[in-house]
Amino acid sequence: MSGMKVLVIEDDVAAASYMVRGLEESGHVASVAHDGRDGLMLAASQTFDVLVIDRMLPGLDGLGVIRTLRATGNRTPVLVLSALGNVDDRVEGLKVGGDDYLVKPYAFSELLARLEALTRRGQPNAEQAPTTQLRYSDLSMDLLGRRVERRGKRIDLQPREFRLLEVLLRHPEQVLTRTMLLEKVWDYRFDPQTNIIDVHISRLRQKIDRDFEPPLIQTVRGSGYALRIPDQTA
Amino acid sequence: MERQTEETIEAELTGLREQYRDLGIFGLERIIAQRAAEEKHLASIYLLIDKRGVPIAGNLPAWPTDVETVSNRFRFSLDLPGSSGPRRFLGRSVELDQGFLLVARDIEDKLRTQTLLVNAIALGSGLMLVFGVIGGFVMSRWMLTRIESINRATGQIMAGDLGRRIAVDGSGDEFDELATNLNAMLERIERLLAGMREVTDNIAHDLRTPLTRLRSRLEVALMKDIDPSRTRQLLEETASDAEGLIATFNALMNIARAEAGEQRASWELVDLGELVQDIFDLYEPLAEERDIGLALENAAGITVAGNRQMLAQALANLTDNAIKYTPEGGHVTLAAAQTREQARRIARITVSDDGPGIPPEMRQKALERFVRLEPERHTPGNGLGLSLVSAVAKLHDARLELADNEPGLRVSLVFERPVETAPPGA
Ligand SMILES: Nc1ncnc2c1ncn2[C@@H]1O[C@H](COP(=O)(O)OP(=O)(O)OP(=O)(O)O)[C@@H](O)[C@H]1O
Ligand SMILES: [Mg+2]
Repeated sequence: MSGMKVLVIEDDVAAASYMVRGLEESGHVASVAHDGRDGLMLAASQTFDVLVIDRMLPGLDGLGVIRTLRATGNRTPVLVLSALGNVDDRVEGLKVGGDDYLVKPYAFSELLARLEALTRRGQPNAEQAPTTQLRYSDLSMDLLGRRVERRGKRIDLQPREFRLLEVLLRHPEQVLTRTMLLEKVWDYRFDPQTNIIDVHISRLRQKIDRDFEPPLIQTVRGSGYALRIPDQTA
Repeated sequence: MERQTEETIEAELTGLREQYRDLGIFGLERIIAQRAAEEKHLASIYLLIDKRGVPIAGNLPAWPTDVETVSNRFRFSLDLPGSSGPRRFLGRSVELDQGFLLVARDIEDKLRTQTLLVNAIALGSGLMLVFGVIGGFVMSRWMLTRIESINRATGQIMAGDLGRRIAVDGSGDEFDELATNLNAMLERIERLLAGMREVTDNIAHDLRTPLTRLRSRLEVALMKDIDPSRTRQLLEETASDAEGLIATFNALMNIARAEAGEQRASWELVDLGELVQDIFDLYEPLAEERDIGLALENAAGITVAGNRQMLAQALANLTDNAIKYTPEGGHVTLAAAQTREQARRIARITVSDDGPGIPPEMRQKALERFVRLEPERHTPGNGLGLSLVSAVAKLHDARLELADNEPGLRVSLVFERPVETAPPGA
């Protein structure tokens, strides 16, 4: 995918510069603001694909920044970062207009995957699109008839396999981490002690990829999974 | 409080010895020189000497005269520049093939805090005493004796004997009341301190070893003459160390949060049947892969007020345990049920297995943080799963029952006050 333009509003200078380096090395463009006021100015004067906003900022705090942005009609997707991980905090972050929420300390791959997921929202196959058909390569899913076909051949899926594939199809060619899958498919947000998600994926692969070429469900080392035709470098 | 310092020193010595093994005396010399250079305020002392006693590296000019070359635990004092008076250190020294190594930490502040705390308690009790005395207007001899005895007790407490209590003579007068109150206060302080110590000890213990390993790996990776492929491998190992640390840290935070009960504000109605169904769905493929029959016994319409995410995690931890500790070919059952107990309606969720179980006398212990009953078994884990379950149970005023499933373990969360829901169709 082409690079995202990201604005990072984070007062921890070291954390911010580390994030910027990571983003740039992954082919994106990043700007930084170290407090809420600067961040708001930048966000208002330029167009970004996505904003990363730390919850606790000196001066105008993170939630205040989001509230102000939304009040002025800015709809850029926002990922809220926070050192507080409790449920209330998360709900509050989403209520003022944040689109996703990530607790520190996080893995950079998790942050990257979530940012990419947020910027893909406006595109076809995206979550809000009122579509009844999802397709990727020779794989198609009929949401109304609950039918899945690959190369015209019908594939029978259990309900949870169907939901898992649906989430993958809504985010084609994009890395989804295990926590993101647990969140999007089951609506749970915890660290499962064993990698239960891997087992679900391998079940799904049996049905989607075993009898077909090429395999579409790719493992992304150190990150998660992606629906992607192999050798097609993103 | 000193135990913690001892453990830190121990962990550090272990790390340094590992580096000595991997990198030899010159590698160790460099690491010590580097650490010593970072210690601007001399909070930590390092000294490496050779077999003849000649210093090789460190931030101490010479081996302290009253310290043995090999000693598990010693204290000594140093006059540091810029510090008022000597500072006390706690240390340990070990023998290496080519010399001796000493690591010590400044414990002056810790010792002072301890004294301060004791003084604060004493001041508090002293003030109460004074007011008590002013309240009475006749200073009889008998009263003086009583005051004298309380004084003596507070003196001893001040000297550090926190377990000491003030005598209550059972007469029920103001002095007795005062003594009882003071004792209650001391009791509470002692319990708080013990709790604090337990938590920090546990966290310190479990996080210290991986932290030390992480630091050693980084130090080696930073050495200039190491080849790049090895650096990369070290960094990858460090990243996975860090991941493990974060997982442990998050688990601890979750437990602490559940214990603090701060999430009650976001409670919702949770359908236990749905919850059990969800967790069943989530774990069914894993169970199948391990050749374990996972069964579901579910009743509809059982609702409790609670935190859905935390309840799900508790149930997931129990299911994880059941699948993990039950041998292949075993059976695990997840159930949500509503029963009557002494004419009261109660709801329970239960996870039962036919694995090895936990002997009755170990069940309480298994709930503690970082406790694994058979760590030699090659199953991954931190011993935090049941601690979280226990904390989530407490948060929901639910009873946690561990019972014999004959054979195996049966764990239930019992909710004494399920929410009354209208019968379906009403
Ligand atoms: N179903 C069970 N059958 C037999 N033993 C069990 C069972 N559940 C727990 N135990 C014992 O209790 C100990 C503590 O369990 P707990 O879930 O707290 O930690 P863990 O499973 O070892 O690690 P973690 O849950 O942090 O991954 C386990 O190590 C195990 O010895
Ligand atoms: Mg466990």
